[in-house]
Amino acid sequence: MKGGWFRVYTLAYLVFLYAPIALLPIFAFNNATTVAFPLEGFTAKWFAKLWEEPELHRALRNSLIIACSSSVLATTLGIFASRASTRYRFPGKAGLMGMIMLPLVLPEIILAVALLAVMLGIGMPLSLFTVILGHVLVCTPFSIAILSAAFQSLDQSLEEAAYDLGETPISAFRLIILPLVMPGIISSLLITFTISLDEFIMAFFLAGNENTLPVYIFGQFRFPQNVPVILALGTILVCLSIALLATAEYFRRRGIAKTGGKDTGGFL
Amino acid sequence: MKPTARGRFRGSEAANGLAMISPTAIYALLLLAAPLAMIFAYSFMTDGYLQIIPRLQLCNYFGPCHSYKIVDGVMTEAQTYNGVWTDPLAKALMLRSLIISLVVTATTVLLAFPVAYFVSFHVSPSKKSLWLFLITIPFWTSYLIRVFLWKVILGTGGVINTGLMELGIIHEPISWLLYNANSVVITLAHAYAPFAILPIFVALEKIDRSLLEAGRDLGESPFMTFERVTLPLAMPGVISSVLIVFIPTIGDYVTPLLVGGPEGRMVANLIELSYKKLDNYPLGSAIAISSMGIVVAVSLLFLFLNRRFLKGNKA
Repeated sequence: MKGGWFRVYTLAYLVFLYAPIALLPIFAFNNATTVAFPLEGFTAKWFAKLWEEPELHRALRNSLIIACSSSVLATTLGIFASRASTRYRFPGKAGLMGMIMLPLVLPEIILAVALLAVMLGIGMPLSLFTVILGHVLVCTPFSIAILSAAFQSLDQSLEEAAYDLGETPISAFRLIILPLVMPGIISSLLITFTISLDEFIMAFFLAGNENTLPVYIFGQFRFPQNVPVILALGTILVCLSIALLATAEYFRRRGIAKTGGKDTGGFL
Repeated sequence: MKPTARGRFRGSEAANGLAMISPTAIYALLLLAAPLAMIFAYSFMTDGYLQIIPRLQLCNYFGPCHSYKIVDGVMTEAQTYNGVWTDPLAKALMLRSLIISLVVTATTVLLAFPVAYFVSFHVSPSKKSLWLFLITIPFWTSYLIRVFLWKVILGTGGVINTGLMELGIIHEPISWLLYNANSVVITLAHAYAPFAILPIFVALEKIDRSLLEAGRDLGESPFMTFERVTLPLAMPGVISSVLIVFIPTIGDYVTPLLVGGPEGRMVANLIELSYKKLDNYPLGSAIAISSMGIVVAVSLLFLFLNRRFLKGNKA
């Protein structure tokens, strides 16, 4: 067997990584209000209860609005930045890209309080819109990471051929480049959607009186009797995220295969 | 007609590039750089309860500070509080956050290295993406619920305790697993695992495999080859991993709050308190700026200590 001990170790590591997620469905279907062993039989009632929570439905609606808007805006900004950084050389590139990618490492709480301070400063009321502004900031670096790989593997001679055949920069972009990077764009939309749907800190600081799904979940942790319902919700969310990510991964790989690049693996 | 400098600039590669990046750059300037500059400025201003009084002072950082209430245009002193670096609680929390995130970083990177090594050196190229995908999935799935589930795993009635009691290894539940710095470290090490694995993996992938063969051919043991060839070449990846885990963990808010208990509180909880509960933006900003200062100082020191590994790797 290849790898020997390293394989055993890595498998153990995967168990560590997946342990919390594996417990999620176990307790979501467990017929007890307290989240502890031993289990007390199977039930689907926690899932049924999800339909009876109007507050949850409102939070879900808000989260979907935010996630759709943020993913489209972040991917649009991501297309500009990754196209610029892979295709052109220009002064100040490293600095500008560094600034744009900064939210990837900066603690989110710092970003959140900074945006909160600005909103207070300019007198903009907190709403879903302010959350979208924050989420776009957080999602754009991830979009750039995905899209840069797509743009990087693009053969520049294709674009030059289009110019020689009389296309304008805009029509060449639409007819040649866009179809080739389309899988990357779809992958970026899906990933940024997933990030925004799951993002808590920004929403916690910037949503004002509105709830998003994570803010709602966070609030429910204070009531032990509501926890099983939250775990049922979590089970659905995890399945949804995995489906979205698997689709994103499929498109990311197809995109790289399409432009003839080498797959270096991973989103980051 | 001779082209002017401006004419040459327009339509040049530099102009196209700048034009292309401008939407994203302007967005980042307005919603990232400007807000950060703003809290930096706030940290030197005076708290006027729900408003900021633009009177410069240093007391949010050092020394007792007054907050004011403005009634009918008259400023009256409302409260006195300690600046960040003179407040024992704030200092303790910053120190604890620093220690916790250093421990988390060391644990995460050490645990992650063998995984990255395995995927890079022992997995066939066609399966590498699949492994990386498997490693990244937990990272993207409901952060809050994952943190909460660590409570279920580590608690006194939790998976570990009930499991060990069933097996007869312990008779009393272990209580030191949850609500302290240990549980914060475990949970954060779990949350940041993919962040640590990926940069190391990328660095390992770049290593020319013939160098390893050369090492062996020259009579080195596998361990010596690892120590003298693989590890130094993987260091740029390790350094990125360290920074990418260390910088965000120091400001983590959810984990200390949910699994940290009173002994596991970190600086982010204090920032939130100052901003949301106390409405003292200048103090909150001073705490935020101070903790960022610590992060930057430690990161620069770390980079300086490892500078020899980064030479010639500026690509």
